[in-house]
Amino acid sequence: MSLPFIIIAFVTLFAAAAAMSLRNLVHCALALVVALAGLAALYLQLDAEFVGFAQILVYVGAVAILIVFAILLTRSGDSPNQAVLTPGWGWGIFISMFVFTALGWAVLNSGVLRAQGAAGSSAAPAATVKDIGKALMEQYVLPLEVIGLLLTAAMIGAVIIALKEPSQIDNSGRKS
Amino acid sequence: MTPLQGCLLVSALLFAIGFAGAVSRRHAILALVGIELMLNAANLNFIAFWRYGAHPELLTGVMFVIFSIAVAAAEAAVGLALVIAIYRHYKTSNLDEVKDLQG
Repeated sequence: MSLPFIIIAFVTLFAAAAAMSLRNLVHCALALVVALAGLAALYLQLDAEFVGFAQILVYVGAVAILIVFAILLTRSGDSPNQAVLTPGWGWGIFISMFVFTALGWAVLNSGVLRAQGAAGSSAAPAATVKDIGKALMEQYVLPLEVIGLLLTAAMIGAVIIALKEPSQIDNSGRKS
Repeated sequence: MTPLQGCLLVSALLFAIGFAGAVSRRHAILALVGIELMLNAANLNFIAFWRYGAHPELLTGVMFVIFSIAVAAAEAAVGLALVIAIYRHYKTSNLDEVKDLQG
């Protein structure tokens, strides 16, 4: 538990809480970017350089832009004047607090975790980009191909889903 | 508290925040953002166990996180396309007002 880890963890958690609680959706998206960048910094702290930079590339770069585009395309960028929470939000908060209490209790009282933490090496494991590329091309080549297929299918599917509905082009009648 | 436990606690809190947001916000995009936060909390768990667990040279945690990031990106793309399609059809992105299938 070094000081940089604690600072980054606090920034990440605070930004995540802000992303989930602010009223204006654009502010939420910006707070989400901070939280995801903080997570990338946490990965770098944990000596997973490749995953940290992939996180910045994919999440801070692509997913955040996608979310901002969705916010602007659905014209929900201005602050809503009605309630932003669902009617049963108290139960949601209660259940999430219960989940955190249970997980935290389990983490703090697990003998296996304590033994592993004591026995775990403090030296950084060697995981260079070369090693990761070798593993991706040899041992994990089939999952890599499947991921490529999944990404292609998801891209085509997203375009088809977001296409204009044919019934909307000629008339303005809409379902209420 | 060992570093592994610190990472797991941060990830548990991040998961709880994402869950609370996903179930309690009315806007569809924010529900997706909450799901993304939960996925990221799981990724942090994988990296922490890879870093402090046994056999880090096998790269299992890193590989799982790389594939998980790819799947999460696909999920975000399809989910946001669905939000846009729902907005086109219903003229709202409020989850409580989309209830044609409600009995």
